[in-house]
Amino acid sequence: MRVRISDDALAVACGADAVAARFAALGHEVVRVSSWGMHWLEPLVEIDGRGYGPVAASDVEAILDGRGKQLAIGVVADHPFIAAQTRLTFARAGKTQPLSLDDYAATGGWVGLERAHDLGAAAIVAEVTASGLRGRGGAGFPAGIKWNTVRLAPGERKYIVCNADEGDSGTFADRMVMEGDPFMLIEGMAIAGLAVGASKGFVYIRSEYPHAIRKMEAAVRLAAPLIAPFEVEIRVGAGAYVCGEETSLLNSLEGKRGEVRAKPPLPAHEGLFGCPTVINNVLTLAAVPFVLAQGAQAYADYGMGRSRGTMPVQLAGNVKYGGLFETAFGITLGELVEKIGGGTDSGRPVRAVQVGGPLGAYFPPALFDTPFDYEAFAAVDGLIGHGGITVFDDSVDMAKQARFAFDFCAAESCGKCTPCRIGAVRGRETLDKVIAGESAASNLELVADLCETMKFGSLCALGGFTPYPVMSAITHFPEDFGPRTQEAAA
Amino acid sequence: MADLYHILAAHDGREGPLLPILHDVQAAFGHVSEEAIRAIALHLNLSRAEVSGVVSFYHDFRRTPDPRTAIKLCRAESCQARGSEALAAEAERSAGSRVRVETVYCLGLCSVGPNAMIGEDLHARLDGAKVAALIGAM
Ligand SMILES: Cc1cc2nc3c(=O)[nH]c(=O)nc-3n(C[C@H](O)[C@H](O)[C@H](O)COP(=O)(O)O)c2cc1C
Ligand code: SF4
Ligand code: FES
Repeated sequence: MRVRISDDALAVACGADAVAARFAALGHEVVRVSSWGMHWLEPLVEIDGRGYGPVAASDVEAILDGRGKQLAIGVVADHPFIAAQTRLTFARAGKTQPLSLDDYAATGGWVGLERAHDLGAAAIVAEVTASGLRGRGGAGFPAGIKWNTVRLAPGERKYIVCNADEGDSGTFADRMVMEGDPFMLIEGMAIAGLAVGASKGFVYIRSEYPHAIRKMEAAVRLAAPLIAPFEVEIRVGAGAYVCGEETSLLNSLEGKRGEVRAKPPLPAHEGLFGCPTVINNVLTLAAVPFVLAQGAQAYADYGMGRSRGTMPVQLAGNVKYGGLFETAFGITLGELVEKIGGGTDSGRPVRAVQVGGPLGAYFPPALFDTPFDYEAFAAVDGLIGHGGITVFDDSVDMAKQARFAFDFCAAESCGKCTPCRIGAVRGRETLDKVIAGESAASNLELVADLCETMKFGSLCALGGFTPYPVMSAITHFPEDFGPRTQEAAA
Repeated sequence: MADLYHILAAHDGREGPLLPILHDVQAAFGHVSEEAIRAIALHLNLSRAEVSGVVSFYHDFRRTPDPRTAIKLCRAESCQARGSEALAAEAERSAGSRVRVETVYCLGLCSVGPNAMIGEDLHARLDGAKVAALIGAM
């Protein structure tokens, strides 16, 4: 029998290798594929299109004997979690072997790159601009405009840099692309190279992702002849969150301390080694082959307002049905958390969700009607960032979460500007006083002042956005910051 | 330190070779020593202060050796929401002085936490007993 099991790091962390080994030991052919992204079901086993999960090695015989009913989920592709999605970037998820060039070509791979060769630089950029694709790394800057700046920048040498630092808690879509569909990312980078006249690309992957690093290295070797003369090289980060910030990342690639650079100059004018550089998130570049293969309009047809296309939303934390949910912009936060995510994994009520990683705001269920869209989130003092949603149940202490935001900022600050470096430490101390019940009201005012200073006086969003989680926690969950009685603290 | 010179030579001609070199040195020796910093600086035509500054900036590089094996426990928000803080205390208890418990902020497995990494091996859906067993087997 042919058995399909993912080799994605999450499936492996949940025990997929032992399950695969058990099937193999019993004489079955095991094919390691990418993950469908239904994480609560991993390790997911697929036999003739039908799924079982989560499977332990000790379940294997029962499944083979037809006794695995309680693990059966029916036809995987028809599962409501999959059927409800619009998978453009994750179209191959669960379906192909990540390092199979045959699988990639058989599922529309390289069609975008071929078309890009025919179109030429200006027309590629026009296509990407018309698609409305915005940067998926957090800031939502239009990709086409960035590319055009680099295309028009004078310079013999230009670079494409893929930001695969994915440091935000609650996010894993970049990792899943790199481990599940690495050729798509490489194709996107090669198209970017043609668009701006760059012949070299770097992928900067965080060191916490050893599996993604190995997959990408293997994929780059396999794809080299297909993208030549464009070249891609994999580089590994060294455990600094701030290196996800684009100018810090460039310094890191150059072998320097990962300090943030003042802008201007923009990386598009003076980026890596002083050369014009496109720096884009994994998901941004991974969306490009679709745009080129199917045309800008096919992408722009999805979404709402100025948020076009799809967003691979990541459901994480204390959520029942966690995983990768790619959908057109416009779906509400509540639909994602309650309907798709099924509420909390603990079975307790949802109390808060943090959207957009450690620099994103905490939302109470009262704001669940907010549509997933860059502008709509900004309007309620939040951000969608890289699309991660972390769910918390009613046992969460929001004062602790606010304190953690300062703590994280203090630990990861690059140290270049005072509001971030000092402000985060002061903020943490002040919140400690609030938590200890020392003149809560005046100390909270102090925190608000500090946040204003950080917001407007920081060079980058690490210091500048730390006020989002802090102030949203205080604003939406004031009861956690009040003077505490003995029993409430217990 | 013959190995060090092999590492340096292996990166000759690379653009921005310092981080790849430091990763290899850290992997080969478990830390980046004063001696290594001196040799790297000389080889890349940098000052020792520059190389030291880079080593100290990044959490992955250690200046001094630590013979203990390490377990990296994720303590970022999504794992917090699934109980990582209680686990951290349990891990410290089990580790004693034999194992080093490090904090990592996110392993990209945020829907199945709490999570940990030992070497390159990932472990998900941890609870107190599983963490104690993992550390016991290290
Ligand atoms: C502290 C900080 C961390 C960041 N981390 C990441 C990251 O891990 N990945 C990413 O793509 N962008 C990250 N960004 C955003 C980048 O600076 C930049 O906007 C992005 O790489 C641009 O690509 P895009 O236009 O495709 O989104 C971070 C920004 C800041 C301020
Ligand atoms: S805000 Fe913080 S991380 Fe950003 S440049 Fe300033 S000190 Fe560095
Ligand atoms: S927060 Fe722990 S793995 Fe992402």
